[in-house]
Amino acid sequence: MMATVAALLVWGAGWWLNVRLATGPHSDRPVVRALIPAIFGITVILVWELLVWAFEINPVILPAPSSIAERILVEGPRLWADFQQTIIKGAMTGYVFGGLAAFGVAILADRSDFLTRGILPVGSFMAALPIVGTAPIFVKWLGSDWESKAAVVAVMVFFPILVNTVAGLKDTSAMQRDLMRTYGAGYWPTLLKLRLPAAMPFIFNGLKIATTLALIGAIVAEFFGSPTVGMGFRISTSFGQLALDMVWAEIVIAALAGSGFYGAITLIEKRVTFWHPSQR
Amino acid sequence: MKSVLPILTVIAAILLFWVVCVVPMNIHLVADQAQRDELIVTPETPSARQDVSGVGLALRNTHLIPLTYNFVRPNLPSPHQVAGEMYNTIFGQKITSKRSLVYHGWVTLAPTLLGFLIGTSLGIFLAVGIVYSRVMDLSVMPWAIVSQTIPILALAPMVIVVLGSMGIQGLFPKSLISAYLSFFPVVVGMVKGLRSPDAMQLDLLRTYNASKSQGFWALRLPASAPYLFASLKIGISASLVGTIVAELPTGARAGFGARMLVGDQYGQPLVSWAALFAAAITAAALVGIFSLIERITLKRMGMAAT
Repeated sequence: MMATVAALLVWGAGWWLNVRLATGPHSDRPVVRALIPAIFGITVILVWELLVWAFEINPVILPAPSSIAERILVEGPRLWADFQQTIIKGAMTGYVFGGLAAFGVAILADRSDFLTRGILPVGSFMAALPIVGTAPIFVKWLGSDWESKAAVVAVMVFFPILVNTVAGLKDTSAMQRDLMRTYGAGYWPTLLKLRLPAAMPFIFNGLKIATTLALIGAIVAEFFGSPTVGMGFRISTSFGQLALDMVWAEIVIAALAGSGFYGAITLIEKRVTFWHPSQR
Repeated sequence: MKSVLPILTVIAAILLFWVVCVVPMNIHLVADQAQRDELIVTPETPSARQDVSGVGLALRNTHLIPLTYNFVRPNLPSPHQVAGEMYNTIFGQKITSKRSLVYHGWVTLAPTLLGFLIGTSLGIFLAVGIVYSRVMDLSVMPWAIVSQTIPILALAPMVIVVLGSMGIQGLFPKSLISAYLSFFPVVVGMVKGLRSPDAMQLDLLRTYNASKSQGFWALRLPASAPYLFASLKIGISASLVGTIVAELPTGARAGFGARMLVGDQYGQPLVSWAALFAAAITAAALVGIFSLIERITLKRMGMAAT
């Protein structure tokens, strides 16, 4: 009972604080803009913790945030091993290979206007398909270690990156291309100095979409067979042992990895496409 | 219409690549089988064949190549085998039969559509809240954006099992996942759309002395339509993928995801491949329907895409 009241109080206090901050005179300052979502997040976690106590919710159904945090601290080495297996070996390898393949195909196809017109619709169609479903097939072909995960990831990230690169390479005006021609620039200088830089905002858009896909592919593929390490493996086995705090610990790691990966790509994008209006 | 030929060319290239891959992928299995059927195979022992690559083996046993296209349990089935299996399971069975892909398709589609409906409506409501309340905008919106970078789809099977252990089964758990997956794209897209009217248009409404609700119905909501449709197309394919992933490793007995897994576990690759392609066609059809609605609606609103 006490905890329920406390939860309501915390919720009210958090909301009141945010209302004050958001309608107050300083609401446009960057500090305040970062503070408000942080307060919201902390409030949600506190209310979750208090409600789990108040209703004595079975940890098999929903563990408290404190026990999840404890798990993360205690199981650090194991989580790190899982992270390396799934994110570094599975997701990253696949991401790099899928991205390079997509980039290569896009450059080759770009020389022919005919092919480009075919690849754009087919590619965006393929990008909407449930490619994750090929995970069992790849696990059967390539065995249960990280190679099969990397293959699933490579196929999943291929189409979004391909479509965006092809679309980006088309994004120069006739005027700009004419200017390059008056400079006497051939195909390669035009590609390297005009069309690739102009395509960068599109390419990064594809790369950003692909980050989440890469993690999904690597984790889901582990449900179909994996060595005794890996985030997907840990999630499904911890689940079997009813250790839900471990499952949530992996979820937290996956969330951090996902946002971190996305953030890293965004940072690189800022450095590379500093000239683009959306970055200024 | 001028892009029909290029599209067909690209599809033909993909099919050709597939057809070429069938031979090296299956030749080892076919060679083993051929030896059991007392055909001549070089090299003669299975262990010696393991050392030869797929392409090499195919070149030395050219008479076996036709067999790779009709092998019963191939590593990679040929296109006509998949097409045949799909024809059999879609048109050759009663739709109530457990072997019919139409039946499995409905098992997957129903929760997808229900969840999509729930997720989209909630998403639109939250977007309206975010646009009209600065507090909600500042506190919820960053989380809505961050949540898109989290591989939540990978956790779909766990959600199913948790709810299953609480005695909740059937449509609801899968709908929950597809609702969640369609929710955030709609929120983000709708917020963008509701904010898309520029200062000039908003000022015009102010000079008309329009109330907030009039401004919403007459300006903001219609202006958000193109953004809404873009999000709906992302949302519906995410929903379908979510439902399929939710079915994959949870021991579901029906649905596309279950078919993919059953085919894999019981050594019937054709079943998996047929389910995979049926799922792809379903996804394409759903996105296609929304594109059509989008085109008709925007045309009638005078906002046809350029």
